[in-house]
Amino acid sequence: MNLEPVIGLEVHVELKTESKMFSPSPAHFGAEPNTNTNVIDWGHPGVLPVVNKQAIEYGMKAALALNCKIATHTKFDRKNYFYPDNPKAYQISQFDQPIGYDGWIEIEVNGEKKKIRIERVHLEEDAGKNMHGEDGSSYVDLNRQGTPLIEIVSEADMRSPEEAYAYLETLKQLIQFTEVSDVKMQEGSMRCDANISLRPFGQEEFGTKAELKNLNSFTYVRKGLDFEISRQEKILNAGGALDQETRRYDESTGGTILMRTKEGSSDYRYFPEPDIPNLVISDEWIDSVRASLPEMPKERQARYVKEFNLPEYDAVVLTATVEMSNFFQGTVDNGADPKQASNWLMGEVSAYLNSEQVELLDTALTPESLAEMINLIADGTISSKIAKKVFKELVTNGSTDVKALVEEKDWVQLSDPSKLLPIITDTLDKNEQSIEDYKNGKDRALGFLVGQVMKQTRGQANPGMVNKLLKQELDKR
Amino acid sequence: MAINEETVKQVAKLAKLEIGEEDILTFTKEMDSIIEMVEQLEGLDTEGIEGTYHGLNEHNVWREDKAENGTDREDLFKNVKTHKDGYIEVPAMFDNGGSEA
Repeated sequence: MNLEPVIGLEVHVELKTESKMFSPSPAHFGAEPNTNTNVIDWGHPGVLPVVNKQAIEYGMKAALALNCKIATHTKFDRKNYFYPDNPKAYQISQFDQPIGYDGWIEIEVNGEKKKIRIERVHLEEDAGKNMHGEDGSSYVDLNRQGTPLIEIVSEADMRSPEEAYAYLETLKQLIQFTEVSDVKMQEGSMRCDANISLRPFGQEEFGTKAELKNLNSFTYVRKGLDFEISRQEKILNAGGALDQETRRYDESTGGTILMRTKEGSSDYRYFPEPDIPNLVISDEWIDSVRASLPEMPKERQARYVKEFNLPEYDAVVLTATVEMSNFFQGTVDNGADPKQASNWLMGEVSAYLNSEQVELLDTALTPESLAEMINLIADGTISSKIAKKVFKELVTNGSTDVKALVEEKDWVQLSDPSKLLPIITDTLDKNEQSIEDYKNGKDRALGFLVGQVMKQTRGQANPGMVNKLLKQELDKR
Repeated sequence: MAINEETVKQVAKLAKLEIGEEDILTFTKEMDSIIEMVEQLEGLDTEGIEGTYHGLNEHNVWREDKAENGTDREDLFKNVKTHKDGYIEVPAMFDNGGSEA
């Protein structure tokens, strides 16, 4: 039987607020365990959770970036469950009135564009972290407990693991551009669960689904879905029936392992959170958040092509992250030629980031210094060969005055004929054979002579000027 | 009967409460009478009355995003049975999906 995969994703994203969703304790990583937490996070008797307005606004911003409608009336609900990472024994979440709904994003797989609908975006709080000891105990750190989250639920619109992968990449990019979250899977600020079922092609009705957990990277999502497709296919093609299951991705085997079946599934007994009054969101507020949205990747790409005459390929690469895109814009705003800025960012800069495994903003390079360097190449002050040395200096130590730097380091390109001519004459005197070769039409001889002059000047001579002067002098001989 | 013994057992299980067999019948009757009482509301004519989503009439009660230091860990740990190296120690959990966040 020919079966079609049906995939939906639930993505959690941590919001970059100062304080928690419902309490003023700090929402930061890296603190001593259980120090960024207070009596509200612990659900002590008599405490009152109060909504963080910034988190609401960030949630709206993300929802708008995903083309969602914003609920003008929204509220919080309690989702009840027992687990040591949440001492309240309930999570404050949103059940029937999510802040955002009916959105979509566009993905592209193998050149084919497709819209994936987003059912809802809701606000909630994160749980703490458990570490499993080998001594018969588990250890709980509640620092993360209460950190604001949004959960983004897609419709079951994806038909292959590749589409799921593309959806996650696009989602990450869009949220990253809004700057409401770091959206890093490896740090847990973006997390993903996947629902997958199979059905015969042409069938309207969904098959029995499995929910996959512990998918800690985009690659694991793809691998887990691949595995699940063949597992379910085997059962269905053998005439078997599937159980509705929650399965865990196993990184060591690339397979999935049964966690629980539907019979054991949780019953969360949602009810309205009595401590938190409803929210009424005005159109003015929605409009102002919408107005605060940055220019998104697709719009930037179109503008780079139109305004800067960049190839579409460049435009796509430069808008992969908001840091890169802003950096590019900054470099151009500081007077650099857009194509040169693009070449440097896609070439040397990206190579450096890859080899050093660092982020652009963690280097000493600034749009100002990159732009100044590009202009120094353009006006002939430095050669493009020396520029690599300058770049190394700018990216590691930085500079606020690149011109002064290249002068101080004696990196200024030698273009002055009166300084170059003695070196050229000297080189020619020492290479009689090459002169003869040149006269006999061997073009390689000229290249050799240019190389010799460059060597003499430790690469500082302006190659164009050297070429010109050499030809001139050769003709005289 | 809106509530039967199975429902009582299920609710107890979800709430992690141990209920003796002898008490199940009592709870079933009590819970059923609560539901019955609430069900009287269904008999009311609510035509043209706007729905209520929350017990409070207020809305938009929030705070600005300003962080304050957490509660002193030693104070919080007074309500913790055992702790180690700053972590709360609990009986080993197998990761059965656990965190629902």
